[in-house]
Amino acid sequence: MAQSSSLGRRLARAATDAAFWRGLLGLTLFFLAWYVLTAVLKLPRFEKIPDPLAVLVDWLNPHATRSLFTAPYYVDILYSVARTYVAFLAAVVFGVGLGLFMGWSTLLFNFTFPLVEVFRPIPPLSWIPLAIIVLPGIELPVVYVTFIAAFFATVINTILGVHSIDRKYFLAARCLGARPLDVLRDVVVPGALPFIFTGLQIAMGLAWMSLVAGEIIAGQRGLGYYIYQAASLYQYDQVVMYMFTLGFLGFVSSVLIRRVGQRMMAWEEARRKSKG
Amino acid sequence: MSGIPQAAKGDISIRGVSKVYDPSGARVTAIEQCSFDVAAGQFAVVVGPSGCGKTTLLNAIAGFDTISAGEILLDGEVIASANKQIRPGSDRVVVFQNGALFPWRTMMENIVYGPVRQKTMSRPEAERIARELLRRVGLEGVQDKYPGELSSGVQRRGEILRALINQPTVMLLDEPFRALDAVAKSVMHEFVLELFDFSPRTMFFITHDLDEAILLADKVIVMTTRPARVKTVIEVGLPRPRSANVTGAARYRELKQSLLEVVHEEALKAFQAGEREMA
Repeated sequence: MAQSSSLGRRLARAATDAAFWRGLLGLTLFFLAWYVLTAVLKLPRFEKIPDPLAVLVDWLNPHATRSLFTAPYYVDILYSVARTYVAFLAAVVFGVGLGLFMGWSTLLFNFTFPLVEVFRPIPPLSWIPLAIIVLPGIELPVVYVTFIAAFFATVINTILGVHSIDRKYFLAARCLGARPLDVLRDVVVPGALPFIFTGLQIAMGLAWMSLVAGEIIAGQRGLGYYIYQAASLYQYDQVVMYMFTLGFLGFVSSVLIRRVGQRMMAWEEARRKSKG
Repeated sequence: MSGIPQAAKGDISIRGVSKVYDPSGARVTAIEQCSFDVAAGQFAVVVGPSGCGKTTLLNAIAGFDTISAGEILLDGEVIASANKQIRPGSDRVVVFQNGALFPWRTMMENIVYGPVRQKTMSRPEAERIARELLRRVGLEGVQDKYPGELSSGVQRRGEILRALINQPTVMLLDEPFRALDAVAKSVMHEFVLELFDFSPRTMFFITHDLDEAILLADKVIVMTTRPARVKTVIEVGLPRPRSANVTGAARYRELKQSLLEVVHEEALKAFQAGEREMA
């Protein structure tokens, strides 16, 4: 009940918000241009792209191979979402954990930073051969490939976050009797949170990108896998429909992370409100 | 409010303290052969040109940094020498130059941090005392606000309460009001004077504001330009309880005049040294 009323309030606020209308206008113009170029003018090259109306019709067609009204569509979504979120959560746990300790301990940082910097630029796709022979089954290699880039983005941003904390907070905590673990919990973690969440936004994006690549090459089921299949059957309406499905899922993921971040960093919100 | 007022302890003795940065390389002498005493419950203000090494002394007492020679005693015990550095602790709480309230904790969570973390009080007890302190200084509305929502003056007062609730033997204040405007500053002075009357304890306060020094101090220690030595120690001797009205007193003007002369001499030296470096 509270949920729906707050949603109602948010919609009401959006309706009076110039930014909202501009965003809507931008989207409308984009789809209009797309339609005109592909369905009306049929310019060379553009004619190969399915027009938005055809995609929409396909999306709503119960008899299409995949559409809003077919079960396999949701199975694909479920597989992809599960792989991405498992990989992302693993990146959060290991990435934030390692990043916090690397940022906090100079010793550990000196030991591991060169290693991280060598492994970080290795593209996720190049991990696929090794992932397939080392990890059992189909799911683990795909999840690993989805995980790896997100993991490094999280580590790097978490380290930056810890290093961004003003030294005075460490000193103040120790003055007030904090022991090392207290400092970790009371200064290092909250102090690094803003950077950590920036990192998580990036990590989530990387996870979705790597997922599709991983699914195309190593997968079975899932959005990326089906895009590849549909393309080989020249079903480009379906390809575009799945591309937008991915875009939407990525968008929702970003919003979720931002929401969680706002909840965990109430002080940032409060400061913004009081200054704004 | 049981324990807060107290001042039986807190004798600081600084004996021949020197600090050399980078002893194997550039050898920058920050302080040289500094000696002075602060009695328990005394309000000591250290003034001197910016960057003269005042903070080095404060850091050594706090346990943030080492000294190269000499020793610092707290109640007869050596807490710092060439081969000893004390751990930071809540008997010597620092109030920082630009404020160091944790931005991610509300004012209340900040104030009770020390006693709750050290388990010297239960959380409800600490909160009760914190509320009393806030009420005493007229800040009862701010306990659930984050520091970022409050003015720097209010933040600074909160930080001083966060220190005070630990009943430290010594409070170390490193130019705490430097970034404040004149009005906020005078509010802070009243606040510190009242708090000191309510709960006297050894204060080690650094500033380069002469009015602030005389208004607050029992004893003003004037430091020289780098390397910092003790130029002179002035006993203020203005009566307590004190308020900003004291600035009208003849004794105040006298003190200000003599302080100005001493400091001016040092400032001139610093200025000329700067010119030499530039040439």
